[in-house]
Amino acid sequence: MATPRHITVSEASRPVLPRHTRLKFDETRKVWVILAPERVLAPDEIAVEVLQLCDGVRSVADMVEQLAAKYAAPREAIATDVVAMLQDLADKGFLTEAREKTS
Amino acid sequence: MSELADHKATETTESFSVLERQKSVAETHGIPVAVLLELTHRCPLQCPYCSNPLELDRGSTELTTEEWKKVLSELAEIGVLQVHFSGGEPTARKDLAELVKHANDAGLYTNLITSAVLLTREKLKDLGDAGLCHVQISFQGNEPVVADRVAGLRDSHRKKLEVAKWTRELDLPLTVNAVMHRQNLHQLGDIIQMAVDLDADRLEVANVQYYGWALKNRAALMPTLQQIEETSRLVEEAQVKLKGRLTIDYVLPDYYALRPKKCMGGWGRQFFNISPAGKVLPCHAAESITGLEFESVRSNHSIAWIWQNSDAFNRYRGTGWMKEPCKTCEFREIDFGGCRCQAFALTGDAANTDPACTLSPLHETIFKQAEQEAAGEQNRFLYRNFAGGTPEAGGDHGA
Repeated sequence: MATPRHITVSEASRPVLPRHTRLKFDETRKVWVILAPERVLAPDEIAVEVLQLCDGVRSVADMVEQLAAKYAAPREAIATDVVAMLQDLADKGFLTEAREKTS
Repeated sequence: MSELADHKATETTESFSVLERQKSVAETHGIPVAVLLELTHRCPLQCPYCSNPLELDRGSTELTTEEWKKVLSELAEIGVLQVHFSGGEPTARKDLAELVKHANDAGLYTNLITSAVLLTREKLKDLGDAGLCHVQISFQGNEPVVADRVAGLRDSHRKKLEVAKWTRELDLPLTVNAVMHRQNLHQLGDIIQMAVDLDADRLEVANVQYYGWALKNRAALMPTLQQIEETSRLVEEAQVKLKGRLTIDYVLPDYYALRPKKCMGGWGRQFFNISPAGKVLPCHAAESITGLEFESVRSNHSIAWIWQNSDAFNRYRGTGWMKEPCKTCEFREIDFGGCRCQAFALTGDAANTDPACTLSPLHETIFKQAEQEAAGEQNRFLYRNFAGGTPEAGGDHGA
């Protein structure tokens, strides 16, 4: 079965980069990049940190806990930022959600 | 395929910027992030707007498997991130899966730009197993009558639909690439729906750009202004309606724009391609400009040296080469005077302002001519082939 398309990100989501995108460190330019068809995005530091947690297993809620603990920041503020950032990425087709195979 | 270098993504949010737009990259002419590899000019299709040069590279001149592998390794080493395997028809090369694997092993993101008609399910699976990241299939219409006629190949549309289905079954991401012109623009709405039905991730709606084969066929292809307005409306509507489901990229035909396109992001600034015979070119149409010598990967120079230092890349790089009205124009670093190949094809001098620009003294004449052609009845194609083109057989071809 094909990977599901558009997702709505919530704290329960378990997002993952779709197969056609790749997060990698560009040694030449010394920046993190997301490679996708005809596009190369340069995520900022925070986005890179969040994206590295997007393994299709962890939920957004888990990520938020982890980041809130690490930065000793209010959970609610982090949750809002992370969900908005991931939704933005999903709307552009750079994020999907791990689901049970239905075939 | 000039759209390749444009990286049309205009969205820039706080968290994500498009790499080319970063100042540090744009100011220098650092190594491009994406490179187009034209593996071969051989192709079973004969599209009258083919982006290949009129003088096609023969199969015997093509780089060997080992030569392409060396090129791929070198590209990865100097900082290229993506390679587009294109042609001609790249799947006409028997070593394609081997090249994809080599590119993938070198850490490159691999994209296949194909007409799909030579693919079997097994071949496609082999490419996926070799690490292919993305498949881009060209469509000439939404049904066989128009599509097969434009492609100059019977049964091609049915075959493309089949391969597109396999692509998604194999969980490979799919872009539908629709090249639009006067004789198929009425199908655009149905093509958008076709892309949705095929479960494509992306749809590229690219109006024909008129040089090389397309320039020879301009009278048969040029859309009317009314068609273009309708197209823009359709695309904008669909972009809103399909947000998050289907990304639609849209390339406007520059004849109907007021400002010329920033072709290739500016000559020698963010793009190069490699021809089947190994020439390193500032754009896939660059060989149409006579008087320029292009270096080959078969020479003693490295690809990075050719990019930085060769005469062909430096000739129209930046703004120093410009004449009036470009020279003192406030937009000179925004559009870099438009397209050098188009300037050469239409004015005989690549250093002239691209006539697509309203500031070009030739703009009005050329625009008028295009308008007349668009309203005309000349619908017969000159098909692209190694023999210098074959006129379409007679008969009435209503647009």
